[in-house]
Amino acid sequence: MTISFNKETFRGDYSFHNSPAAIRRFPFPFDRDEYMYSVNMEPHRATGPDDSVFKRRFDVDEHYLSEMEDRAITLARDPARCQSLPHMRLAGWDLLELIMTCKAQDYPDLFQLTRDGERWRWVNRPMGLDDSFTFLDDSTLPFGPMEYITRQTQGDFAVLDQREGNLWMDAGMVTSQADWSLDFDIGMNFFEWHAPVPRAAEMGIFQRALKFLLNVQQDSPARRLNWTMTVNPRLDTSPETYPEWGPEKRSVTAENVGGRQYLRVELQSFWRLPRSNALAFPIRCYLCSLEDIVTIPKWGRRLHRVIRDLPEDLASYKGFVVNRPLIVDYLSQFDDGQPTSPGIYPD
Amino acid sequence: MTQVLRLTQKQPVSPRITRFRFEHPEGRSLPVFSGGAHVMVTMRDGEVLRRNAYSLISDPQDSSGYEIAVQREDQGRGGSNFLHEKAQPGMMLQIGAPVNLFGLNLTARKHLMIAGGVGITPFLSQLHEVVRLHAPFELHLAIRSRNELPALAIPDAAQVHVSDEGSRMNLTEILSTQPLGTHLYVCGSARMIEGVLTEASALGWPKDALHSEEFLAPAPGVPFEVNCARSDKTLTVGAHQSLLEALEAAGIDTPWLCRGGACGQCETDILACDGEIEHHDHWLDPAEHCSKIMPCVSRFRGALLTIDR
Repeated sequence: MTISFNKETFRGDYSFHNSPAAIRRFPFPFDRDEYMYSVNMEPHRATGPDDSVFKRRFDVDEHYLSEMEDRAITLARDPARCQSLPHMRLAGWDLLELIMTCKAQDYPDLFQLTRDGERWRWVNRPMGLDDSFTFLDDSTLPFGPMEYITRQTQGDFAVLDQREGNLWMDAGMVTSQADWSLDFDIGMNFFEWHAPVPRAAEMGIFQRALKFLLNVQQDSPARRLNWTMTVNPRLDTSPETYPEWGPEKRSVTAENVGGRQYLRVELQSFWRLPRSNALAFPIRCYLCSLEDIVTIPKWGRRLHRVIRDLPEDLASYKGFVVNRPLIVDYLSQFDDGQPTSPGIYPD
Repeated sequence: MTQVLRLTQKQPVSPRITRFRFEHPEGRSLPVFSGGAHVMVTMRDGEVLRRNAYSLISDPQDSSGYEIAVQREDQGRGGSNFLHEKAQPGMMLQIGAPVNLFGLNLTARKHLMIAGGVGITPFLSQLHEVVRLHAPFELHLAIRSRNELPALAIPDAAQVHVSDEGSRMNLTEILSTQPLGTHLYVCGSARMIEGVLTEASALGWPKDALHSEEFLAPAPGVPFEVNCARSDKTLTVGAHQSLLEALEAAGIDTPWLCRGGACGQCETDILACDGEIEHHDHWLDPAEHCSKIMPCVSRFRGALLTIDR
């Protein structure tokens, strides 16, 4: 398998773009014409068409190199985007092992891992890296183990400690977030960091979700999709940089909404880490503009209905309530009133 | 996930405790784990399928094999007797993936471990971890007589209290002299665990610093009937059968993990109850006792029980 990597940016001139193949494999999150929260967890197994984003444990796509460059820019500006409390050191090595093992098996032409006892050699061909180090010895890597591997892996990573019947956000690499901040959430437990989510607490969603997560087992990862919207294909929509991207929300017009408004989908997965018993929570972000989404007729129709009928508080929480009329108007052109087929994949 | 592993060593380590080692039949490495983890061992004993959870005692980072130490329980339901009598090196057994319900709290300033008899087992894997982390720890092992001391890798630093030699554990002294930030872990008989936790609470230990593990065997009792509303079946649970086992025998899918009343996986809603639930688990709050049951260990006595399975 060969991937040709895009040369693109997620800020400034926003040259990010999806190829037709990337559009077809976009993880469209709606399996019906309406949306409400649910504990929509399923086993994280290879499923879907051959090129599905679910086929491999850590999906690598045409945006890989550009996303890693964007992460490096964000980290250079604000190192607090990557943090690990002292007791999470072992979990960092767990995460490094998990990602290296999976990527080397799933993409043997791109990544290679050679282990000779504790002496490991890691080759990342797309990024031109060939590093040897001693497993569990921090001094043999240029960064801490979590930072080292997540500078080479798409998506954000929350690494959660499990204790007292709860999960604690005690480490993470977060540079492509939908308006939340690791620096703010670090050290919080599951209920604390979810406190801003409307409705879900009353619905008992968090209790059920936590119970599920506390029971995620080694070798049985789980996943779910989550979604929001962003104006412009920007990965770093953090509270810290709100002055840069917040005003862009107001730049949407009837003429440019198709190209400027992006559906932002998070493929969240959950992994029990063996040595530390911590839980790794990768949050992989996929972006797709409305005008690209409507090239799949089923998705155009369905997205129109979902966005049109979404309760006001959810639209507000997801950050697009001001632009909703423009979005709904635009999408309505692509809704011919026909029924949509079940499931998330294109017809 | 379950793998079929080969029993490669069986070695008595005390009059009642035997150590078992399992390896992959093709020599492949096994998943590493964290200190305090257990595995579910599934045993085909003639017509009976037995499943028992045992703490792993080997080095968590050693992927060459898993080791457990099993005490023979002559009054038990037969799992430990099967391992002691019928299991022989070469035999293949189903061993589940490691699960940890008794992990170290890695934010602790010090780890205080208190074990009674075979309750030493989860600490044996944790000791590898605390040594590797250079974390301060204190380990107390209480046994009745010197010949019960198992020939396992118990560190020199451990303090062994032998009751028939008069060196009983002075719990109050141990618990009242620990530095702030110490976490307490206790594993042993129900009576011992309760004694330690009660004493610690009385001395003002914070609840979140107290950890215990006891896998319960399903308690025998009088047979009872249960209506399973969703599957529209009525079952009879035998005297020596658990409700979970009866559900499984009837083909009613029920999730489970520890089968010992500790993990919460098999929690089931009660829809109707005219009688008394005998709750034996460590999972439910008293407030939940009239609405939920843990089928792995709990029973019923009365006229009518309807559950949501």
